[in-house]
Amino acid sequence: MAYQSIRLFGKKIITLIMTLFLVSVAAFLAFQIIPGDVVTAILGTEATPEREEQLREELGLNDPPLVRYTHWIGGVLKGDFGRSYRYSKSMNEMMPVAELIGDKLPVTLWLAVLSVLLIIVVSIPLGVFWVRSKNRILDAVLNVLTQTTMAVPSFFLGILVTYFFGMVLKWFTPGGYVSYRDDFAGFLRYLIFPAISVALPKIAMTARFLRNSMLTEQSQDYVRTARSKGCSSRRIMYGHVLRNALMPVITFLGMIIAEIVAGSIVVEQVFGLPGVGRLLISSISNRDFPVVEILILYITAVVIIVYFWVDMLYRVINPQISKQ
Amino acid sequence: MTNKTNEKKVHSGSVNWYLWIGLFMTVTAVCMAVLGMFWTPYSTTAMSAAERFHAPTWRHLFGTDNFGRDIFSRVMHGAGTTIVVSAFVVLISGSLGILIGATTGYFGGILDEALMRIVDAINGFPSILLALVMISLLGSGRHNLILSLGIVFTPSFIRIVRSEFIRLRDADYIRRARLMGVGRARILFVHILPNIFSTFWVSVMIGFNNAILAESGMSYLGIGVLPPDASLGNMLSDAQGYLTRAPWYALSPGLTIVWIVLGFALLSEGIRRSGEEVSHE
Amino acid sequence: MKRRVSVCFMAALLIMTALSGCTGGTGESSEDKSSKESTVAESSQSAEASQSTEAAVAGEPVYGGKVVVGIQQDMDSLDPHKATAAGTKEILFNIFEGLLKPDPNGNLMNAVASDYSVSEDGLTYTFTLREGVKFHNGNPVTAEDVKYSLDRVSGLLDGTALISTLSADKGGITSVDILDDKTVQVSVGSANLELIYSFTAAIIPAGSGEDEAAQPIGTGPFSFVSYKPQEGIVVKKNADYWQEGLPYLDEVDFKIVNSADTALLELKGGSIDIYPYLTDSQATELADSMQVLAAPSNVVQALFLNNADDTLKDARVRQAICYALDKDSVNEFVFGGNGAIVSAAMLPTMQSYYVDLNDVYGTGANTAKAKELLTEAGFPDGINFEIKVPANYEVHMQTAEVIADQLNAANIHTTIVPVEWETWLNDVYNGRKYQGTISGITTDLTPGYLLNRFQTESSKNFINYANPAFDETYAKAAASLDLAEKATYYKELQRLMAEDAGTAFISVPPITVAIKQELAGYTFYPIYVQDMSVVYYTK
Repeated sequence: MAYQSIRLFGKKIITLIMTLFLVSVAAFLAFQIIPGDVVTAILGTEATPEREEQLREELGLNDPPLVRYTHWIGGVLKGDFGRSYRYSKSMNEMMPVAELIGDKLPVTLWLAVLSVLLIIVVSIPLGVFWVRSKNRILDAVLNVLTQTTMAVPSFFLGILVTYFFGMVLKWFTPGGYVSYRDDFAGFLRYLIFPAISVALPKIAMTARFLRNSMLTEQSQDYVRTARSKGCSSRRIMYGHVLRNALMPVITFLGMIIAEIVAGSIVVEQVFGLPGVGRLLISSISNRDFPVVEILILYITAVVIIVYFWVDMLYRVINPQISKQ
Repeated sequence: MTNKTNEKKVHSGSVNWYLWIGLFMTVTAVCMAVLGMFWTPYSTTAMSAAERFHAPTWRHLFGTDNFGRDIFSRVMHGAGTTIVVSAFVVLISGSLGILIGATTGYFGGILDEALMRIVDAINGFPSILLALVMISLLGSGRHNLILSLGIVFTPSFIRIVRSEFIRLRDADYIRRARLMGVGRARILFVHILPNIFSTFWVSVMIGFNNAILAESGMSYLGIGVLPPDASLGNMLSDAQGYLTRAPWYALSPGLTIVWIVLGFALLSEGIRRSGEEVSHE
Repeated sequence: MKRRVSVCFMAALLIMTALSGCTGGTGESSEDKSSKESTVAESSQSAEASQSTEAAVAGEPVYGGKVVVGIQQDMDSLDPHKATAAGTKEILFNIFEGLLKPDPNGNLMNAVASDYSVSEDGLTYTFTLREGVKFHNGNPVTAEDVKYSLDRVSGLLDGTALISTLSADKGGITSVDILDDKTVQVSVGSANLELIYSFTAAIIPAGSGEDEAAQPIGTGPFSFVSYKPQEGIVVKKNADYWQEGLPYLDEVDFKIVNSADTALLELKGGSIDIYPYLTDSQATELADSMQVLAAPSNVVQALFLNNADDTLKDARVRQAICYALDKDSVNEFVFGGNGAIVSAAMLPTMQSYYVDLNDVYGTGANTAKAKELLTEAGFPDGINFEIKVPANYEVHMQTAEVIADQLNAANIHTTIVPVEWETWLNDVYNGRKYQGTISGITTDLTPGYLLNRFQTESSKNFINYANPAFDETYAKAAASLDLAEKATYYKELQRLMAEDAGTAFISVPPITVAIKQELAGYTFYPIYVQDMSVVYYTK
């Protein structure tokens, strides 16, 4: 058993590393063939042939792709992520990619954390309430409501949130982002609204999922047994059904982490949040390859590592799967 | 994912509201969009300084925009773009999914193994992010958007088709067919394919909805369908600037997206349920 | 619709008297003005200016306070010599200064230099450094620093010129000599009346161009505090600034706004105080809650036509396009009537050089004439015409949408192809593979700047304009050392280009600025700069 687990663990880790390696090659190669010259992008209409050549040499663009890849990946492994082509750190120095991303990461991270918190805090009670209510009309209303919520694209939700909370109720200033460096409380207060936009469709999804998973649990034999033994329905509900139903929900949350990340990227755009998503979009259009490559690698790494742990967790809970 | 026994209990005997409401919403949306390709109440491009930012009236159902253009006409037109793009995306990814999923699922082996690793990796990646990278390689515009979303959506179809083919490849009737010397291609596409349609159909519906959300999202970000080509997404991004002055400008395309997506979601739910009832009877 | 947009088209007149500064005369007078009158916040610039910026005279200036300015573009460099984007230069204007600097009237005033003279033959410039000018790090500006800065921009330092007009092989600086502690003599390769404008290049501490971690240090009214990509740049008051009484504000945050749309929401919500790039409809929306000021920009917007294109190489086709355009409705729809319609590559504000050619093709649509010309050119059924538009410029996109209908009416079957900025640079600007494109060309204070690019061999001649008469006249204009004669040539050049419809010029778009009620003193310049030193809070 233990040996098997370790073997499986090792195999998974190797797959993980292989995937990251493939993604790094793909990301690097993709931006070798991307149309548009980074040098023209940087210099714009004021470019002169000499300045272009000088810049190309400075950025190491004259080396063959393989040399550049080895150079780049070697740096990444040593923790040197290269420097942005676009953003300056000082008069003569470009911004190191690590510093740039490190600076934007808290925004996206907190947005994701707040969103996940919102999802958990709202969807679980909602799911439980839904199962407990035997009212058919309420059931239908919740059904339609969640279906509708799931149909709203996150950016439109962002616009609606901006309109109602920002402009009608004036609870926040749209675009008036407060940096986490200046005022952390203000930063979180501003983030609540983007987080609502990210979380709402997922809340509907999770509540539906929890409801179904609880209904399945309820029809299990052990519930009937417990009931026949005279356990209170309350105890059955919270002690057994919910506990058992929550496990797949946690896995489900792990599975939609990629979607939460994707949702954040769009929502950052709507709310003017200087996070990783906005950095990615602007870096793509600026042809700021060092930043794009690292960001792709980074996001992939985060997503597959989350999946990895979710998978492991799942196996610990359901040992049968590991045996298959 | 859903509890079949329970839902059947609730709904058997009653009208399948999901199906009918979904059908109604989908049919109206598609009809309006198709109509919008040939005829709109007003020109979608003609501008009028006198009619800028009119709130919705009977004359202009959804009001007018910053150029005095009729928003209802533009929404009809934009919905057409969005639906056509999404349909092509599903067509491309669905066909590729069948082709690749069927062969690898049926034959298995090392190619299958390698392919699944790639599919897993892509599936784990946020689809909008992948589409973003794809489109930055290809450039913006309607055709490139179809192509990149088509490629991005393919893995999920491969996965579904593949698992169905794996399930069916060892079924008795297939074994018998093989023994009788039926050709591989015939087994794949005549014997197995028709039997996976009910599963495949539902994933097409879901895929279509995701394609609509992805298309409008990309166009909203300014990297999908670009103006003057109207799509619901880029209309929304234009409208965002006039949120205080003309909220109806943003609401119209936005609610239209919701209408279409919800319609399809209800429809696929309805189809699934009626399928269950039929199979139960 | 009540609008409080006070247009001060005339405020920022480019009365080119500065050119006589070559003899040193105006150098004196602007010196007087800057040092003595600047304390009253340049409020005495001209009658029109003070009228337009009503707020500039209303209310007593208060020192101190912080202002957040919304900006659209991220910084392309923190090095004043390497920055090329207009959006960067307009901010660095507050941190860096040259020997000379532009004033709100488009003249040059003395900055780091307190005086200068130009030799008779126009080949030697002698600058006297101002007493007591200090860099933000506290060090006084020395002749060494000036030599270093000029060597750096002209390529004398490492062979790469950072400002092409000053480049040694283009008739720019050939040597910089320190005569004494306070005097620097500059020799140039060829006599050129317009070269003086290039001496606005920033003076930076000697060696800071090689120092890896150097922060941007200049002599301007504000000093650099911090820069965060995608968020913005913060500057604070330079207490040692040489212009007495300036600046008023303690701190200015240049905050990058997500888009023009969110900028509006931020203005309303109060998280930005000044926003200089309002669209017309936004201006209307804000007119009641903020001060909204407008002035002409330094951009000429045009439907540029590729003269080398198979269809467009026929001048009659290009003329047809010019006739088909309804520039009035572009102005109305896109600029709310605040733009200036032009038909030449010259700003109307450069009065002595500009010639009004709007009558040649009219400002409204002349569809019949356009069709007639097309038939004459052998296209009775009209032509197919593709316009590539940089999609990131909303103004140009909107213009494209407006003119597409007009062109279609004249059988010019138009397709709009929106492209990304980088694609535009590659395909249109550098690759010259296009039929038509809508864009704007920006000018500095030099009157010939916009015309220069249309010489056949110019590297910036992206419309492939080829007119021997134009080239000949331009050469004469460049060689002329007489201002009146130069002006005559420049007018002739504009006429030549209108005659064969080299390109379809449309308008000079307005700059519309929203300013919080409590602020005053905002001053327009004829070039893109955000001069925050003269902005103040009122009591």
